[in-house]
Amino acid sequence: MTGELRVTWALMRRGLNEVLRVPGASIPGVLAPTIFLLGLSAVFGEAAQLPGYGTTNFTQFIVGVSLLQGAGFTGAATGVNLARDIERGWFDRLLLAPTPRMVVLLGIVGSAALRCLLPVAFLLAVAFALGVPWPGLPDLVVSVLLVMGFATAMACWGTVIALRFQTQQAAPLMQAVAFSSVLFTAAYAPLDLLAGWLQVIATINPTTYVIEAIRAGFITEMSLEQLGWAVLADVGMLAFFAVLAIRGMRRIGR
Amino acid sequence: MLRPTLALMRRALRNAFRRPQFLAPLVVFPSLFLAVNTGGLQATTGLPGFPEVNSFLDFQLASAICQSTMLGGVSAGIAMALDIEAGFFDRLVVSPIPRTAVVLGRVGAAGVLGALQAVWFLAIGFIFGAEMAAGVGGVLVVIALGVISALAFGSFGVLIALRAKNASTVQGIFPLVIVGLFLSSAFFPADLLSSPADVIAEYNPISYLAEGLREPIAFGWDAQVIVEGFVAGIALAGIGTSLAISALRGRLRAAR
Repeated sequence: MTGELRVTWALMRRGLNEVLRVPGASIPGVLAPTIFLLGLSAVFGEAAQLPGYGTTNFTQFIVGVSLLQGAGFTGAATGVNLARDIERGWFDRLLLAPTPRMVVLLGIVGSAALRCLLPVAFLLAVAFALGVPWPGLPDLVVSVLLVMGFATAMACWGTVIALRFQTQQAAPLMQAVAFSSVLFTAAYAPLDLLAGWLQVIATINPTTYVIEAIRAGFITEMSLEQLGWAVLADVGMLAFFAVLAIRGMRRIGR
Repeated sequence: MLRPTLALMRRALRNAFRRPQFLAPLVVFPSLFLAVNTGGLQATTGLPGFPEVNSFLDFQLASAICQSTMLGGVSAGIAMALDIEAGFFDRLVVSPIPRTAVVLGRVGAAGVLGALQAVWFLAIGFIFGAEMAAGVGGVLVVIALGVISALAFGSFGVLIALRAKNASTVQGIFPLVIVGLFLSSAFFPADLLSSPADVIAEYNPISYLAEGLREPIAFGWDAQVIVEGFVAGIALAGIGTSLAISALRGRLRAAR
């Protein structure tokens, strides 16, 4: 067991090393959600004047969306990195090593949970600089943990696609799911203000519950009920994509 | 000059259609944004100061076309950078064709794709209930402005590729490209933008391009707005193409 933990940690560290080794690869995951946070606040800021937002500060309303976008991009990037490892043959060598495949998978997706802390830290700094009030330490910690869970779920999805297509060209497919799962929610407006069709999708989409809990933490206070739904949604997504990723890991190269 | 330009344009289009997986994001991502924006922010048409429109979809179609042609510009830049990396560009410049045709062919292909992108978004709009306030003539204006918008962004994509020389750098500029769109009135009325975005939007040529595209769809025939859209688009395309040709010449001089 200790050996397996060491391998997992080594693979997670390898994933983290990429932040320093290939800093350019981390830029989109940090820059894109920051630009969206700044851009959407500037463009749609007036929307928060409508009743139902719970705040007149649109940045405060969408900061949770940006955090999850950053996590989604990081998760998708994990899949792209795996596809690159497969293309270059490094992954084949990893499969030949006397390490259970589940440990390899855990190391790969676990690195996403840590790597997403980079965009999270940057986005929070920008949000606080823009006047988003401090949510309190407990709500902030819980929000970050929820975001890390989402990043891991999206990393599992990226892994599924990387193992299936075995090429970096499948990157748009990894990103599109991460992107859509965050946007087809109550991202820009409260559920009651959404168009009927989007309201239905957002209600079914588990990411909505994660966003709503984080948002509550930033606007008022995260209730236990909201936290419960958010954890259930995060764990559900993680379990679903993890099962697919485990299946992909079992099948590859056999 | 015309024959090599047309030949290179055809080659660029053939390559684009040969790999639809690279072409799809040009319409898929803006379509997703269009859906989310219209579904999520439809209530904003009730804000004081929001112009009277049939629906928020009518208002947002112009921004989707701008966004899509912008992505088309990035895609044209990536294709040019790949030609440079693969050595095809070097073979082109030693062949007996006018060198400006290398730039014009690539930019022209972006323009043709721009027409198809405009048609795609008009079709989506009509399917989901958008109306064309200016009638059939308005459709032609939107397609023409879509082409000009694609030429403008395509020329800047090619310019960046000639300066950057590799595809990954061109790809990395995408988030920055979107900034230009956020700092314009493409997504929301200029009067309702927060400061300083409202001030920047006033001087941003993309605002005029987007408003020129929006006018026939959402409002009708305001000649001034439409002409301003054409002037802004043509000016951007002219400047971008001139700079790209100059970058090409500079690159060739440096290689001597």
